Amino acid sequence: MTRYQLQVNGKPHEVDVDADTPLLYVLRNDLKLNGAKFGCGLGQCGSCTVTVDRQPVMSCLLPVSMVGGRAVRTVESGGTRWVPGAVLRQAFTEEQAAQCGYCIAGMIMRATALLDHVREPTDAQIRAWMQPNLCRCGTHMRILRAVRRAADALTAAPARKKR
Amino acid sequence: MSGMPAQPGRRRFLQSGGALTLAFVLPGRAIAAPGEGPLPGSLNKAPWLDAWIRVGADNRVTVYTGKAELGQGIKTALLQLAAHELRLDPGRMMLVTADTRQTPDEGYTAGSNSMQDSGAALRHAAAQVRGLLQERAAVHLKAPAASLLLSNGVFRTPSGQRVSFGELVAGADQHVRATTAPAPPAPVAPGTPKYSGISLPRIDIPAKVAGGLAYVQDLRLPAMVHARVVRPPSQAARLLGVDTAQVLRMPGVLEIVRDGRFLAVIADEEWRAVKAATALARATRWEAPATLPAGRDLASVVRAIPAEPETVLARGAPGASGTTLRASYTRPFQLHASIGPSCAVALLEEGRYTVWTHSQGVFPLRSALAELLGAPEQAIDCIHMEGAGCYGHNGADDAAADAALLARAFPGVPVRVQWMREEENCWEPFGPAMVVDVQATLGANGAIVDWRYEVWSQPHNTRPGKAGNLLAATHLARPFAPPRPKPSPQPQGSGDRNALPYYLIPNARVVHRFQPQGVFRTSAVRSLGAYCNVFAIESFMDELARAAKMDPVAFRLRHLSDPRAIETVRTAAAKFGWDAYKRTPRRGRGFAFARYKNLAAYCALALEVEVALDTGFVRIIRADAAVDCGEVVNPDGVRNQIEGGIIQSASWTLLEKLRFDASGVTSQDWAGYPILRFNQAPEALAVHLLDRPGQPFLGTGEAAQGPAAAAIANAVADACGFRVRDLPLDRARMRTYAVS
Repeated sequence: MTRYQLQVNGKPHEVDVDADTPLLYVLRNDLKLNGAKFGCGLGQCGSCTVTVDRQPVMSCLLPVSMVGGRAVRTVESGGTRWVPGAVLRQAFTEEQAAQCGYCIAGMIMRATALLDHVREPTDAQIRAWMQPNLCRCGTHMRILRAVRRAADALTAAPARKKR
Repeated sequence: MSGMPAQPGRRRFLQSGGALTLAFVLPGRAIAAPGEGPLPGSLNKAPWLDAWIRVGADNRVTVYTGKAELGQGIKTALLQLAAHELRLDPGRMMLVTADTRQTPDEGYTAGSNSMQDSGAALRHAAAQVRGLLQERAAVHLKAPAASLLLSNGVFRTPSGQRVSFGELVAGADQHVRATTAPAPPAPVAPGTPKYSGISLPRIDIPAKVAGGLAYVQDLRLPAMVHARVVRPPSQAARLLGVDTAQVLRMPGVLEIVRDGRFLAVIADEEWRAVKAATALARATRWEAPATLPAGRDLASVVRAIPAEPETVLARGAPGASGTTLRASYTRPFQLHASIGPSCAVALLEEGRYTVWTHSQGVFPLRSALAELLGAPEQAIDCIHMEGAGCYGHNGADDAAADAALLARAFPGVPVRVQWMREEENCWEPFGPAMVVDVQATLGANGAIVDWRYEVWSQPHNTRPGKAGNLLAATHLARPFAPPRPKPSPQPQGSGDRNALPYYLIPNARVVHRFQPQGVFRTSAVRSLGAYCNVFAIESFMDELARAAKMDPVAFRLRHLSDPRAIETVRTAAAKFGWDAYKRTPRRGRGFAFARYKNLAAYCALALEVEVALDTGFVRIIRADAAVDCGEVVNPDGVRNQIEGGIIQSASWTLLEKLRFDASGVTSQDWAGYPILRFNQAPEALAVHLLDRPGQPFLGTGEAAQGPAAAAIANAVADACGFRVRDLPLDRARMRTYAVS
């Protein structure tokens, strides 16, 4: 076991875990955050997507020892300055963009990373960006609409315009 | 964690929190005599009102259902129905689902039956409870029952006196048998909102978008330990030996469990369990015979499996003369491929097992576990918690059996088991490969005069009920043999589900060649045989229309008589703009229709695809679905189910095929078993509902899969000029066809 200091959702955390433990297991079991999900452990499905320094990362592949002091965000977070978590959660809720919903936290975090970098994404950009994440229930149309809705909401928000 | 043993129908309800009990039984009111006639839905099996609805003295209403949320939105729809009948804000209601300690036994949540079974029962029970409360209120308020108005749990007299549900049940006994008598109409106060027939937001979504406790995978209990199972390389493999010494020395390893070929490791931390299982797998020696029929033509493999033919339709006389067409269609083995591998938590404490599971049937699972563990059913509680979408009988029950066996080996603390991706892909019960031969004769007027249809299929139902249906039970030193599978009889059917054409055909013969012992363990995947049968029938209808030189939609309408079917077909065609369709290069349009099981929801679908013949890539441009599912409780919920059904079927149809070599499954991950990604999702997808207020509920979870497959195949044929009759229409197959 090794002690690691992590920055997760804006707060410092200390965990004692094996150095090779993927970030996913630390988030779920040590920090008790349900958002990131185990889907494949192979970086193929995106259920475990979180952001690390504003980039989407499949947390099932990232050993905790490689995270360092970078900012980790999960679906439980308040989001970033430009992309409040509530905007994405609300957009997904308004579009009822879930069936089983197991993939949705990963979808939201992947979308967060897009909206954090691209102010007004086109529909084609959204679709291409979401490509790595799998949904098995066939909720794709609603997920795309939810990301579109969130993007539009952010563009319309006053704080966003000041940027 | 512990609870009263189940038997909700017989239990006198004593609710915590001070709520209770009044006799709903009023003077002069006869309790329904047995044999009075069937009650709606599952009320027949559990005819006591307090098995379904209980009113608390605090005005809270708790609703019980034996059905489980699978991501299909059933919790919301059922709560809406009860709320609507009670005219009570659903926010003031609690819903308890599939739990052997508390809910009615409604068997499996399957077959798109939940609205018919549980929805019909709950609606009736809630209306009766409302009627009884109204009579009680009349006595309490000394006013004629008919003069009362109801709004959000309060009855009022015209002069303004009032009494709440909670006051009416204080000290009352709610254990009242349901009757077949319809309750009087709800005495709704003006302005009371309706809760059925509107798109209320799903009650399960908030936790899912916020990282709440939403899944059994999220269950974290005090002192919980983690287990992983090491599976054989194949079902036929024999364990020659295992060296456990090194694994036992690994940090955090608490126990290695071995019973025959069932091998597992328990550790203090989840990742340590994963690492230890990997090491344990390396420390095993197996003899794995290479016996699978790899590399052979799928149709000949399926046809060679011993079959038990049963004629499920014999109408008219064969031999009508005309133009005869023949074709064969195939479907490969396919996976449920849940996005989250199966998971369960089990605890053995003081002789009682508690199992948290995403099984679709907690009661049948309990029976199977009782046999497996040699424990009485009363000593086992199975509690449903959601998992990732299962779409049928996936690994859920098997994971529950793993957890229960490991809890027995490691009692006193909760044991959590989650399958790894390769375990899910290799060991879930697969959707069976199927073959269809169909032949039809067109008469001189272009109508179908003769129809012959044969379908070969391995089992679509090997669900528990028996220990031998649980994977681990077949690997123990003293294994449980899987019970002999049986096909479900018509009209539900299994391999022959939707094998009977819904069209007017004077002479027709349909044979189901059931194959009890297949290549792999197979079981229910969403819509069972209907996916392949509708794909075959609706593809063939297009081939016949072409031979008859008729438009495919007009050809179908010519053979339909059910007005609801006709309206569904016309609606899909009109919304798509079928008649005004403008042809463009590389694109084609396709149509398909089915009524699920020939007795449930109607679904017609028109769509346009684009085919890139150089790459073999097929993409859906736009799709319009029309659906008649009787009375609609939650329109957006129905749309979500149909959209999902179409897209999931597009994934099956365009991509999915289980791959295996002679010694085992090679589709071990998402690279070996690709499913649809965003680039292949339609550009536009619209669902048009034909609401039928007052008509019975017809579930929609499985209505779209068959029509979607056929509509895609028909559109591809329209775009390319050649027809693909073997699923999937993946890139490799499309390129092969394009070249030839």
